[in-house]
Amino acid sequence: MEASSITKDTVKPTAKEAHLSVRNLNVHILKNHILKNIDIEIPDKSITCIIGPSGCGKSTLLKTFNRLLDKTENVTITGKVLVDNENLYEKDAEVTHIRKKMGLLSQRPCPLPMSIYDNIAFGCKIHGTRNKKKLDEIVEYQLRAVGLWKEVKDRLHVPANKLSIGQQQRLCLARGLAVEPAFILADEATSALDPISSKHIEELFVELKKDYAIVMVTHTLRQALRIADYVVFMYLGEVIEAGPAEQVFKNPRRELTKKYLEGAFS
Amino acid sequence: MRFIEEKIVKLFMIGATALVFVFVASILYTIIARGLPALNWDMITKLPSGGFYIGKEGGVLNAIVGSLYIVGASTVLGLLISIPVVFYINVYLPKDSKLAYIARLSFDILFGIPSIVYGAFAFTIMIYLGLRTSLGGGIIVITLLIIPIFIRSMDEVARQLPRELLDATYSLGATRLETMGVVVRQIAPGIVTATLLSIGRAIGDAAGVMFTAGFSDSIPTSFSQPAATLPLSVFFQLSSPSADVQDRAYASALILTIIVLILSVVGRFVTQKFSKNKI
Ligand SMILES: Nc1ncnc2c1ncn2[C@@H]1O[C@H](COP(=O)(O)OP(=O)(O)OP(=O)(O)O)[C@@H](O)[C@H]1O
Ligand SMILES: [Mg+2]
Repeated sequence: MEASSITKDTVKPTAKEAHLSVRNLNVHILKNHILKNIDIEIPDKSITCIIGPSGCGKSTLLKTFNRLLDKTENVTITGKVLVDNENLYEKDAEVTHIRKKMGLLSQRPCPLPMSIYDNIAFGCKIHGTRNKKKLDEIVEYQLRAVGLWKEVKDRLHVPANKLSIGQQQRLCLARGLAVEPAFILADEATSALDPISSKHIEELFVELKKDYAIVMVTHTLRQALRIADYVVFMYLGEVIEAGPAEQVFKNPRRELTKKYLEGAFS
Repeated sequence: MRFIEEKIVKLFMIGATALVFVFVASILYTIIARGLPALNWDMITKLPSGGFYIGKEGGVLNAIVGSLYIVGASTVLGLLISIPVVFYINVYLPKDSKLAYIARLSFDILFGIPSIVYGAFAFTIMIYLGLRTSLGGGIIVITLLIIPIFIRSMDEVARQLPRELLDATYSLGATRLETMGVVVRQIAPGIVTATLLSIGRAIGDAAGVMFTAGFSDSIPTSFSQPAATLPLSVFFQLSSPSADVQDRAYASALILTIIVLILSVVGRFVTQKFSKNKI
């Protein structure tokens, strides 16, 4: 345990401020208007859940936050996404720098084709950390942070895809955290997992929200009910309602939100 | 009844597998039985001599070196051309791209074209340009011959590439180049397999080099000189009326087989090294 406390002090990422606001964001793919006049604020140090029926644009919205949408063919993006008052879509914005601030957790875990150790070290290496000892510490710290250290400490150098799916997902989370992001973006990150692994990730999110702004897309209303601090409800590319979870779930302002929560459609 | 059917099917499978073994064994037996007595140190260290077209004495060093030159150079060239193509159709083009479809179709067609056609095609062009048979010509034809093999077998692996892998790597703040590095690691086993297949095809091909690399009883010192190859050595030695020279054909075939064997063992080893991080 002593070793771990030493590790903690030296490589614990310093908590960052995370401000994200979306101003009048519109996304077209060819002639389809996928996102319509999105205006939301993502609060720091809390979990924001984006909910809404399938195809309403949740994933698309999330992808605009780290500019992964740019690579899609025929896409036009207008409006602003401000991260710490910097517009991501400014002409000369530096994309790799932006992406580094956003940890991504996808639906299916996708470990890099390398060892468990290297999965975490990779991000640090490309951003200039080369010191072996420092890397060791970061790897241990992040594996502990996602509760994976005990399970894998004796096989750090085996290929990451030898792990179970649930473990892989936690490894992907640790990998993202290792580059010291300010946000965690998760797109249905638990939907491919078994209930126990899924619960594990949820608990981690609750733990991690002390230091990060977490934005998650979820299909399970119950999950949103359990862990959301804020809720964004989308429908057909529009944000219908956004606000504190308590208020949206208990007193939805809009008729549509109420119907969706009652399960009238999904 | 179903039990008997299953027995019959099983017998068929065992029989077919056994047949393949018999083929392999009898081929090996023939070249070893006839080639081994004629195989000696001179065979692999000396140039042909002794009158007959491809030599009653001396060895086939000219052909060994010529084959290795051609295979080595065309493998490197083939990789340099194929990897960007595979990247382009799998990473840059969208999944359902028409262009990627057309490209794959073309490579399938090229894959099926026999090597004599490549040889004839290159021969025509060489005549048109006034070039003579040469090492360079052989390298170009063999490169053309193996590019479709390279692309097809690498594409097979690259198509399984999860698109999420790209997103995952980008979202760590990786540049395009760093992301490509990760993709190469992911498809590394595919690249090794493709290389092995291509080398096997390249080193054993006689028809493609016949009119392009030509033949020579010395080792080429520049790309413009003709070069001998092992398959053509075998061919010429076998065509000789002298039984001694014919036996030397089997010795050359044995050398060719041993080279292929060494390359695939090395290849397997490398694959295992690479795939330590896969599967
Ligand atoms: N590359 C694309 N080309 C064309 N249309 C697209 C593309 N990507 C997304 N869309 C469309 O954008 C809309 C929103 O898609 P998105 O994936 O954001 O929905 P979602 O809310 O995440 O749905 P789900 O809950 O099923 O994941 C859909 O109508 C979809 O068809
Ligand atoms: Mg989605």
